Amino acid sequence: MKVLTLNFLTCAVKTCKSSSDSFPLHPKDAELASDDVEVNPQLLVNLLPRIDWNALRTTSTELGFPQLPEQPPTAEELGADEKVLKDLHSLLIETQIMEGKLVCGHCGHEYAIREGIANFLLPSHLV
Amino acid sequence: MDYLIRFSQSHETFRLPEIQALAVIEGIDLKVISYSLESPFCIVHLPSATAARRLIQRSILAMSVHELWGAGADLAAVHAAVCATTPHLWADYATCSFKFTLDSYQGSRSAADKIRLINAFSYLGFAGPIQMRNPDEEFVLFEDWPLNSTPLGIADPTYCYFGRFLGAGARDLPKRLDLKKRRYISTTSMDAELALVTANLALAAPGKIVYDPFVGTGSFPIACAQFGAVTFGSDIDGRSIRGDEKKKTLRGNFEQYGLLAGLGGMFTADLTNSPIRRAPLRHDGDGATGRIFDAIVCDPPYGVREGLRVLGVRDPEKSPWIIPKGKEMYKDPDFVPPRKPYSFLAMLDDILHFAAQTLVDNGRVSFWMPTANDEEQEIPVPAHPYLETVSVCTQVFNKWSRRLITYRRIPDNEVDPEAMKSREETIYVGKSADELNPFRKAYFNKFEN
Ligand SMILES: C[S@@+](CC[C@H](N)C(=O)[O-])C[C@H]1O[C@@H](n2cnc3c(N)ncnc32)[C@H](O)[C@@H]1O
Ligand SMILES: [Zn+2]
Repeated sequence: MKVLTLNFLTCAVKTCKSSSDSFPLHPKDAELASDDVEVNPQLLVNLLPRIDWNALRTTSTELGFPQLPEQPPTAEELGADEKVLKDLHSLLIETQIMEGKLVCGHCGHEYAIREGIANFLLPSHLV
Repeated sequence: MDYLIRFSQSHETFRLPEIQALAVIEGIDLKVISYSLESPFCIVHLPSATAARRLIQRSILAMSVHELWGAGADLAAVHAAVCATTPHLWADYATCSFKFTLDSYQGSRSAADKIRLINAFSYLGFAGPIQMRNPDEEFVLFEDWPLNSTPLGIADPTYCYFGRFLGAGARDLPKRLDLKKRRYISTTSMDAELALVTANLALAAPGKIVYDPFVGTGSFPIACAQFGAVTFGSDIDGRSIRGDEKKKTLRGNFEQYGLLAGLGGMFTADLTNSPIRRAPLRHDGDGATGRIFDAIVCDPPYGVREGLRVLGVRDPEKSPWIIPKGKEMYKDPDFVPPRKPYSFLAMLDDILHFAAQTLVDNGRVSFWMPTANDEEQEIPVPAHPYLETVSVCTQVFNKWSRRLITYRRIPDNEVDPEAMKSREETIYVGKSADELNPFRKAYFNKFEN
């Protein structure tokens, strides 16, 4: 599962949705892999306004990557600075969590990731 | 100038919506001059020949586009139109290699007739070499004949067109993604041609982000990735994504077609308990928060073979042990969470509401839904105040049909403030699969009242 996907996902439990602690989910025992994907500047520019930057900073730190700047780059900066573009690409698109868990900071529920596919199905007492 | 689009005579109700969607993708001002479901010939007005080529290049249902030199109810009218409006163009083709082709829809011409029809254009004065393979220019005389004109001995077509070939559609793509040669499919995989048309209607394109909440074996994401989009998907049945965990997997399909760059992420989830983050709908929203996708495409479960199911317990009073057992067991990796029957109409409404919450402005949701052919049993097109219906296309089978319905997410400030308030909180009651699903019920009653 890409770091990008993690930025789109919160706890599936309905009563957690209103809590800011349910996003982002926190990786636990994560085994990382890196895919080789061609840089797609158009995609990154489109993604920029849809990414929750604060959540991405949290995720990046939790996965052991260097601290991201406080503010996201602008579309112009992405276009002008190849390093900013490449770093963002490698974090969002190339980095994958292959095994491990995603933990909700509000209810503590753990979602398992197996072979890169996370499972968000809930037992009946949480539906 | 006017241009002639030569459609394939199939999936008729999908053809114009597809072309209109492609005009949106390419930012081309398209005006339809004449079109009919009964004919493969459509006349449109476009800003330029380049625009015409761009418009058609990824069309699945259009075969080709032509610069229209003349049209009329008979050949004399065509020649009159060509002579009246195109003499200034003739010199441009005086020396290039060229060929003439005859395209008789529902009709046939003898070899001698063909030569006679083509020779009648000799006044154009083309003096270059005639070349059947890869000529510089191809000119086509189209004839629209009535159905069964050969056995009925009908002498003349009802309409004729003459034009210069500009470009072809993407009729090769359905073959490239053909299910028969795909590594991993299931009984509900969507056929490649209609999946590609769906991707066009959803405006899939490079840099766009597309999601299929009922992803199965991935037919829609694959079609969207073929057009350059990055795709996400989920399914309540994780096995459909994992396949045999070897070669026959959803990921393997992307690999087979060299489309891995378009594979964003796949996960296991129930749409009615979705983990996708979203913000509640509000008229005074900032128009951005929580809005992630450019398009949502899907073929939701019809619930015919198997009742439609979501997470939950059907009757907690009758089976009070299920919830405590789940509490005890859910951390076991092999635990399968219980499911309960759900209403088909409620599911469609859930999809629309989810789309309203997660699509960017002018983003599209395209989904398939079945309905009965009989008007009385027909299921109405679902509506949502934040979504405007763009097109309804129908594929008709013997006793039932399925529709591809496409909506556009309208910007918050264009939503009628009363519409959201007055949106009836329709609660779908019933517990059995038939009570919950009018289509399933009609299906098993063989569409008889
Ligand atoms: C008609 S199939 C879609 C097939 C898919 N288009 C493909 O190409 O394979 C419907 C899918 O929806 C899934 N499904 C059923 N109920 C669901 C739910 N509540 N949430 C998410 N997916 C569900 C089924 O497991 C099935 O794979
Ligand atoms: Zn939670």
